[in-house]
Amino acid sequence: MTTQFKDSIETALHNPNLTGALGRFSEAYRVSRAKAYEGIDFETVRDEIVAAKADASSRFEELAQQFKQNAEARGAKVFRTSDPEQVKQYILDLAREQGVQRVVKSKSMASEEIHLNKAFEKAGIEVDETDLGEWIIQLAHQTPSHMVMPAIHMTKEEVATVFSQEVEEGQMPDIPKLVKFARAKLRPKFLQADMGITGANIAVAESGTLVIVTNEGNARLVSTLPKIHVAIVGIEKLVAQVKDITPILTALPRSATGQLLTSYVSMISGQVPNTDGSPKQLHIILMDNHRSDMAKDPMFKEALQCIRCATCLNVCPVFRLVGGHVFGKTYTGGIGTILTAWFDELKKADDIQGLCIQCGTCVPMCPGKIDIPKLILELRRRLVVEKGQSIGMKAIYAVVNNRRLFHSMLRVAAVTQKPFKQGRFIRHLPLFLSDMTEFRSLPAVAPRPLRDTIKEIEQPKSPEKVAFYAGCLIDFCYPEMGESLVKILNKAGIEVIFPDEQTCCGAPARYNGAYEVAGQNARDNLKALLATDVKHVVSACPTCTVALKHDFIETFKSLGEFDAMAQAEELSAKAIDFATLVKRLVDEGRLTLKEGETLEKITYHDSCHLKRTLNASQPPRDLLQQAGHELSEMYECDTCCGMAGSYSLKLPEISAPILERKLKFIKETGATKVVMDCPGCVMQIRGGLDKEGSPIHAEHTVETLANRFK
Amino acid sequence: MSHSFESFKTRAEAVSAEVHRFGTQEEATAFLLSFLQEEGVSPQEGAVCAAGTFLDGARKDDLKVKAPGLSFEVSQAASASSKVGISQLDWGIAATGTLVQDASAVDKRLVSTLPPIHVALLGTDRILADMNSVLEHLRPQELNYISCITGPSRTADIERVLTIGVHGPERLIIVVVDDLQQVMA
Repeated sequence: MTTQFKDSIETALHNPNLTGALGRFSEAYRVSRAKAYEGIDFETVRDEIVAAKADASSRFEELAQQFKQNAEARGAKVFRTSDPEQVKQYILDLAREQGVQRVVKSKSMASEEIHLNKAFEKAGIEVDETDLGEWIIQLAHQTPSHMVMPAIHMTKEEVATVFSQEVEEGQMPDIPKLVKFARAKLRPKFLQADMGITGANIAVAESGTLVIVTNEGNARLVSTLPKIHVAIVGIEKLVAQVKDITPILTALPRSATGQLLTSYVSMISGQVPNTDGSPKQLHIILMDNHRSDMAKDPMFKEALQCIRCATCLNVCPVFRLVGGHVFGKTYTGGIGTILTAWFDELKKADDIQGLCIQCGTCVPMCPGKIDIPKLILELRRRLVVEKGQSIGMKAIYAVVNNRRLFHSMLRVAAVTQKPFKQGRFIRHLPLFLSDMTEFRSLPAVAPRPLRDTIKEIEQPKSPEKVAFYAGCLIDFCYPEMGESLVKILNKAGIEVIFPDEQTCCGAPARYNGAYEVAGQNARDNLKALLATDVKHVVSACPTCTVALKHDFIETFKSLGEFDAMAQAEELSAKAIDFATLVKRLVDEGRLTLKEGETLEKITYHDSCHLKRTLNASQPPRDLLQQAGHELSEMYECDTCCGMAGSYSLKLPEISAPILERKLKFIKETGATKVVMDCPGCVMQIRGGLDKEGSPIHAEHTVETLANRFK
Repeated sequence: MSHSFESFKTRAEAVSAEVHRFGTQEEATAFLLSFLQEEGVSPQEGAVCAAGTFLDGARKDDLKVKAPGLSFEVSQAASASSKVGISQLDWGIAATGTLVQDASAVDKRLVSTLPPIHVALLGTDRILADMNSVLEHLRPQELNYISCITGPSRTADIERVLTIGVHGPERLIIVVVDDLQQVMA
């Protein structure tokens, strides 16, 4: 990551206005969104959106032609281009021909994308943004920090200062007054403008219709008063039919601002009369700018299903800390990272793709069903392919790809960590490593790994065997979790075998774009885990389970290596997470929890992969409650704890405040124990609680349940 | 129909529109006159009204006499200087409290965008369930400008604080009339 980028993160994190406003908004957003969707089947709506948008992106050329034909038949002039420079040229030429001196604009991300305002200013044409947020940003000489709420990073005091400095002195930080001021100052501009510029939210090919959604009413004025209306439309806004409008109009306001519908929706399909009765000039610019390249990419075409609602910004635990400006000048947040890589260039996304913590929170909430974390991972992979892995990373992966070397180094660490070890924790590390222990303690490497201690457990011999995939953390830091798992499964009469050749699941490499390394890890593990005949391969680490169940297959696909696909699928079918397996055994009557127990009050933290990829948020809760624990749910129980593998090492400045929030909500429940199913989350949360000196215990479900079965 | 109206009213009021329902056009007219009076509409600070079935014909002449300041000559200048804009809307949507109109005629947009108060007239039987039902009657395939209006103009662009009345009207008064038989748009 560049120093400049790190600095921009640092600046954002230390801006209390930004983090305060975004934090409050992100909390209110979820409530208002949920309320707006009452009585609506979100899955049906998004299926309709995906069907319409995926169909459109599979035939942009055809629909663009059809749109042009239909709109022109109704009096519009349609200009198609793939080049942003030509968009600006077309508009400037038109302005010159028509003697345009003043331009008013309603919000258009496409115009931001091509930096249209600069072109106008250079040509000596006065241009005013009329969306209040955009106007503030324009006056403050900034760029939007959010796709829907461009000025969300500014306080009323800052807005008053900008208005006073740029428009008229003496403006007070009173929101209704500031809004009235904007109305009064912009009204004459609407009335005097020679040209109005809008974007569009939807463009319908069969009718040549543009659908424009606003709340302030500025797009209605911009498209009504000036004698020339220019609409700049990215071709991804195309849909085939009028009937495709409604699902988008159902989701966009609900997902963007928690509204059932915005105040105004205009559907413009052709020429209308001007205020003096003359026919209005309607120019529609269909801009490609790499969108059709994207449509041809088997993975990234999915991103064209975006309706620009900004949900992925609003629910992102990272965005709410750093805001939009660290992402760049135009498109922000998760989807913005992807759009920047395509509309600008891949390397522009090099730094910002690293901000995605891969928690998956945005995935089930996206109206366009875009798997944003997956696409960001793909960007990461392509970046690594393009520019190669750094020497440091290469060295690390060389070790990880050699299991014997990797494991012997961990054994050495168990000894060399001694100067820093206090009990089971490392509380301080020197020098450049200090960031890692500034906000949480780290677990010490266990004196003996699970792969050694497990052999000493006397297990019943049974024809029913499961293989245990421990993962590095349980194997080398938390062997007691593995020992508890063996104990529990033994009670069900199952023998647990530990294939010694198992190695790192490859997640760290994969999540850093090093797919070759992840692929080798996958091969080694397939060999180790499929060597013996077992019914299940169980893991108590959700990230590892996801690797066994999904990522091996996905990695092979990305690498175009299909020789081991059958084995990967065999393993996928066998892989199961600890809580789901144990819940099944309880339901089948093969494991019985002790009855009549009244145990301490706990709270449960949902680990990202368990909740959103493995869909197993209920089994651990059921088990813990059946065991006799009182469960007190924390606020945002399924929000990431900030660990996310190596993320907390690369971006400790972001990981720390995410953890701080998590700890706050844990403490608010009054529970004496916080339980979770991921050793990585245990590492983060237990380390954070230790650093604070909190009496609350953080445990893996496997530990909490270890002695609870008959 | 009355169920649709109740849902329409609830939704529209939830977004700060003011909803009034009258049995007859006479009652609605009386309300309109008293409203214009209360708002102090006068030749100096007027009201503009766009063409529509309800206020055309004989009633128009009557209104002109009784409401000085009410003009049926819509222009950009008249709309920009008026306090109240009046127009008849084509359809209502019960699910969202939305008004929909064929706004291809510029007058209809001028009176509903520029004055600070917009009075919208609608027949009770014109309230349909949802957007899809309305788009079967007002077809983008045929009409060049369709406007959907849901509550007054609003913004939350400063500190996410909801503020009513930015560029469009700060008040939306919806007058729903039972015996108003609208001609198909």
